[in-house]
Formats: sequence, structure tokens, C-alpha cells
Amino acid sequence: MEGIRTHILVCGGTGCMASESEKVIKNLGLILKAREYKEEVKIVQTGCFGFCEQGPIVKIEPDDVFYVRVSPKDAKDIIDEHVIKGRIVERLLYKEPSNENTINKQEDIPFYKKQLRIALRNCGLINPEDIYEYIALGGYEALGKALTEMTKDAVLDEVKKSGLRGRGGGGFPTGLKWEITKKQESDVKFIICNADEGDPGAFMDRSILEGDPHAVLEAMAIGAYVIGADKGIIYIRAEYPLAIERLNIALKQARDVGLLGKNIFGTNFNFDIDIKFGAGAFVCGEETALINSCEGKRGEPNYKPPYPAEKGYWGHPTCVNNVETFANITAIINRGAQWFASIGTEKSKGTKVFALAGKINNVGLVEVPMGITLREIIYDIGGGIQGGRKFKALQTGGPSGGVLTEDNLDTKIDYDSLIEIGSMMGSGGMIVMDEKDNMVNIAKFYLEFTMDESCGRCTPCRIGTKRMYEILNKITSKKGTMADLDALKQLCYMIKDSSLCGLGQTAPNPVISTMKHFWHEYLAFIKDVDHPQGEGKYVPKNKIGIKS
Amino acid sequence: MTKQQAISVTTPMTQDLPKEKFDELETFIDQMETTKGALIEILHKAQNLFGYLPRDVQLFVARKLGIPGAEVYGVVSFYSYFTTKPRGKYTISCCMGTACFVRGADKIIERLKEILGIESNEITEDGLFTLIDVRCIGACGLAPIVKVDEKVYGRVKEEELEDIINTYRLLEGKK
Ligand SMILES: Cc1cc2nc3c(=O)[nH]c(=O)nc-3n(C[C@H](O)[C@H](O)[C@H](O)COP(=O)(O)O)c2cc1C
Ligand code: FES
Repeated sequence: MEGIRTHILVCGGTGCMASESEKVIKNLGLILKAREYKEEVKIVQTGCFGFCEQGPIVKIEPDDVFYVRVSPKDAKDIIDEHVIKGRIVERLLYKEPSNENTINKQEDIPFYKKQLRIALRNCGLINPEDIYEYIALGGYEALGKALTEMTKDAVLDEVKKSGLRGRGGGGFPTGLKWEITKKQESDVKFIICNADEGDPGAFMDRSILEGDPHAVLEAMAIGAYVIGADKGIIYIRAEYPLAIERLNIALKQARDVGLLGKNIFGTNFNFDIDIKFGAGAFVCGEETALINSCEGKRGEPNYKPPYPAEKGYWGHPTCVNNVETFANITAIINRGAQWFASIGTEKSKGTKVFALAGKINNVGLVEVPMGITLREIIYDIGGGIQGGRKFKALQTGGPSGGVLTEDNLDTKIDYDSLIEIGSMMGSGGMIVMDEKDNMVNIAKFYLEFTMDESCGRCTPCRIGTKRMYEILNKITSKKGTMADLDALKQLCYMIKDSSLCGLGQTAPNPVISTMKHFWHEYLAFIKDVDHPQGEGKYVPKNKIGIKS
Repeated sequence: MTKQQAISVTTPMTQDLPKEKFDELETFIDQMETTKGALIEILHKAQNLFGYLPRDVQLFVARKLGIPGAEVYGVVSFYSYFTTKPRGKYTISCCMGTACFVRGADKIIERLKEILGIESNEITEDGLFTLIDVRCIGACGLAPIVKVDEKVYGRVKEEELEDIINTYRLLEGKK
């Protein structure tokens, strides 16, 4: 590859592919060939750059020029002007909305300035379909180091000291989970990667798997070494075809070069990974339901304890971790626990990836250090609210979380502070709402989701969410009374306290928190007949997600 | 698990389910290392082959694995990805994920229903379209999203929907 003088990186994430990035690649290739520059210039299809709002993204290296909203017909100018003549194509540069100034470099764009990329370090940098690009950037070094230089306890110690907590929502300390699984006496153990990503409007895990699949495979192998497993499973949504394809390619390449299989790095450690597909059920993200689904059954949750770490897949000790959790592991082994623990807040270390969406200017994927404020995320990184409208609320934690308001914007966010202010970290969905959104309708939207997704195993969740939904419907069709509001409130707490799994226990959260912050909007439906409902007006739908 | 029954599945009950596809499914199952825990994987394959999971296909799988038909149906009905109704030639998926919802997906789906004259999970009379609502296809940056088979239409507006659908009607010479 010595002859290559220029790399053209083109985003191949789901978002950019939807806006024709594949055609951009094709055209770039054709023109390069026609101009006979194929030997000097290489086109690389990368994972998600995160700046989905401005996609498709094209970055030229080593010139460090970042082009946005590139269409297939722009390929000609990129090659003829930039690559051949060295002249930057001004019209494709990012323009700051406030002053129309153009910016050449990725790191100068405000969207990227406050970000710190650990889990997403390789996304938008390497070709995820080529294991050698991953290896060239230090890939599989952590696994080699763990297997050949470190004892299991030493690796475990590093993960524990890093303070890493589960990124799937619960925030359980990862090192502790590994330790519990490690301690179980059993010849057969499993490690599972939870890639179910059920929160609608969130796409962190998908982007990691699409952009840097080997980081997850490598970390699973490290985890397996620690807990004593020789088999791993990745449970992924069937709705993510691109991520599945890239995983399959990555698995094959890793097996071909002996990084999965028998006697890895010449040691007596054997490990391989299977992929299992979900089939569209939110509750399957819950770990016990996920394990049932892996066994080919209905994905209903079980009572805990026993926890999967004690009795999981086919009854064997099983460690379940989220994709993003895994994506942090190799960095911790390579750069040390101390480095990782120096980032973030006292009890939440490292970074968190958020999928920023809704009424915000810069929709996309962002990775920020714990302890950043919501204001920084929304205004500095997110570029503020669309159309210059006013910020109203932010939902974190998806259907299990709550809304945050203007008053919370300066909270330094981490696992604990978000719970304190009435929401939760969740898996990383962040939906921004503006003054035109009606919060009762938003609450009803989430409730309809949980109602449909309730697996039906326990009564409070199955029937309770339905009753709540009926009351909300009555309210939004302006037939509700104060007594209905009371009943709604009571149901919330009843369901929260008596449901079997996390789905039911958190289902009322959107209603509880919107009632707390936007009580007047509920009242408006009851008293004021002419109250404008704003956007997101609810229209009854036919059975989302349920089949007849 | 009950013991595998000795009935080899013979002629399918419904006429329009092609025998070759049953054969292909049978080969797929026979080639698995183990069928333990593989029911969902098999159903994915079956839905890929037939486009949906009619009763006969479910029973075929049940007999093949030696498990009660009710167990298969229990799994099929649990997961929203599996469908027991045939699909139109084109599947129109309207994203109803949160990001799309706050950017007006509710109006988009209403308009789609109006244009097509069907509700979600139904098929148009001419057999061309099935409308389904899905949850987040992961292109939230382009919300709201409508997908026709694998083709994604981002930032769609209500006014554009008729044209989009008409392109497919034209392709089929039905306009
Ligand atoms: C209803 C429900 C849905 C969940 N969905 C997911 C999910 O989509 N992805 C995920 O990683 N964890 C999800 N979880 C959390 C998992 O049960 C589990 O805690 C997590 O996978 C553990 O990994 P971690 O410790 O690395 O976060 C969900 C939990 C509940 C109660
Ligand atoms: S919510 Fe529609 S693509 Fe994510």
C-alpha cells in the first residue's frame, strides 16, 4: 500500500447509506478509474461518523478535510478538484449555521469539539470489513496482552479498577459482574453480548457493530478468558441487516487468522462466537428474556434471582453485557484502568454514547465524558433546537425513562444524577422536544409502546398498562375527569411496585415524569376544550407491533 | 421434548405453498448441527422462504422438530417480526420510533393509510402493498422515514407520499 497517497473515507453507516453513500462510493471509484488514479488513491467505506444529520459524510486523509451532504454527483468535483488539483471544494464544507463560516477540519466543527471518543474510536476511521485495518490500529493487542502477559485476576482487577459500569441501562459495575460469573463453579459458562437495542430512536449499539465489530469480538474474548467461558453469543435484532452482515464478515476473518477458535495466541484458550437473531420484541433486551429467546423460546423474563451469572443460558453461568460496555474493554486493557478512571465523575467513569434525535439541529451519535451538562450536549454539540424554536423537554432512557426540563439543563450527567432528577441514563437515547410538542401525547406514545411490548407474563404490566392507556386516551380525547387523573396516578405506582421485570417496573415513568413537570398540560385536556394540541398530536393506530 | 414423530411431511394443505420451499426448509433443518434451541432461527429461515408463516409451515416445523404445534405458534405469535399473513409485492414500512414520531411520523402513517386504503398490517386489494409500522430502523437522522422494501425515503413529507407510491404502481402498470 506504499503507493497510496490519499484516502477517501466515506461513511457506510445505515443513516448515510440511506442517503445514497453507496452511490457516492461507486461514482468516486468510476471517476478515479477514468482518471487513472486508482493506484494512488484509496476509497474506504467506514462506519458511522456520528454526524448523521449532515450525511453522507466524506473525509479526505491526510488532508484532513471533512465534506458533508455529499451527493453522488459531487464525486466528480471531489476527485477532479480536490484529489487531483488539491483545491478544496468549498461548497461541500460544513457551514456554521450561526455565521455561515465554513470549517475544513472535523475536529473544528462544534459538533465534535466536546466529544471524547473511546467506544466509537474507530467508527469513521477504519473499514469495518477489513480485520487488518483494525489490527493496524492496535486491534487484538489487548487480547494478546491479556492472554499472554496477564492472569485472569489481573485482567479482572483492571476492569474493576477502571470503574466501568454497564452501558445497557442498569449501570451495574462490569468488573463485579465478571467476578461473580468467574466465581461460579462450572465447566460450561457463556458470555453474551446484548445487541438487542430495543429503545426506539436509539442507535448506539448498531453504529458500533457496523463501524467497529472487531472491538466487540475482542472484548468478548477477553471477558470469556476472565470468567472461564469458551463460547459466546451475540444476540442481535433482525432489523439490523447491515450490522449482522458486518459481524458475520468480522467473525469469519477473525476465525481465518486464528483470533477466534482453538489455542488463541498459542495459549490453551479456546473461544468462538455464535450469532442469534431477535425477532422484534423489546422485552428481549432484558437479560433473562434474552436468554430464553436465545434458547428458541418465547422471550419472557424470569424472576431474579437466580441471576444469569449463576444460572443463565441452558442453566449455565452466563455473563450478559451490552455492546457499548464491551466496546470500552480493549481501551481499558491497552491504556490502563487509571487512565479510564480519570475520565468522568466520581461514580461514573469514562464516556457515554448518546443518540441525539428529535427536534435538534445536529441529529447524530455523540460520545461525551460523563459529567458533561445537558446544555453542552444540546446547544454546543447538538447545535440547538430546530427552526430556532424553544427547548421544552428531553427524554432520556427511552420508554423506561423520564423527561427533563429547562431546569435540569445544567446538571452534570451521570448514572446517579439522572436518577436524582427523575430520569435515567438508559441505553443512550436522547430525544429532544420543542415548544410545539404536547407532553401528554408524548407520554401516551411511550405508553402505547410499552403496552404493546408487555410480554403478558405478569398481570400488573399486561393489564395495568392497558388500563393506563385507556385513561390517557380518554383524557386526550377531552372526555377525562379529575377522577381519571387520580386513577392514572394510582395505577402508575401500582404497576411500578408490582411488575415482574424492568419493563413493567419502568413503564409508568414517562407518565409520572410528564405529570410532574407538565401537569398543566394534563389539566388543559380536562378543562380547556380549545387547548391547542401542538405537534405529535396522537392519532389512534392499529395495533403497532402486535399481530392479529 | 417429545419424541420426533414418524410422519414425514407430505403434500402441503394449501395449494399455493410450493413443495420446493418445504424441501429447502427440510434440508436447512436437517443440516443443522443441533435443533436444540434453534426454533427461532428456523422460523426466520421459513419466513425468508415463504414470505410469511402460514399454519402449514408452522405445523411442518413442529412435526419436523417433534414439538407441539402450539409451541411453535406460541413463539410465532410472541415476536412481532413473524407474520402469519401473506405480504404484498412491496412492503411499505413506516417508522414509528420516537425520533420519527416527534418529527411527525403519525401524520405520515395516516396519509399512507389514506392513499392505500388499508390499515397497518394489511395488504392492498391488488396485492401490491403491505403497510407495516416498524420501530426505528436506525436512520433517525433522516426522520421521518418511510421504507419501501429496502429503499429508504428520508425526511419524507406528506405531500410526497402519493408520488412515491405511484412510482411503484407505474412499475407494475397499475396506474
Ligand atoms: C425491558 C428491558 C429492556 C432492556 N433492553 C436492553 C437493550 O436493548 N440492550 C441492552 O444492552 N440492555 C438492555 N436491558 C438491560 C439488560 O437487562 C442488562 O442489564 C444488560 O444487557 C447488561 O449489560 P451491561 O451490564 O453491560 O449494561 C434491558 C432491560 C430491561 C428491563
Ligand atoms: S426512530 Fe425512525 S429511524 Fe429511528
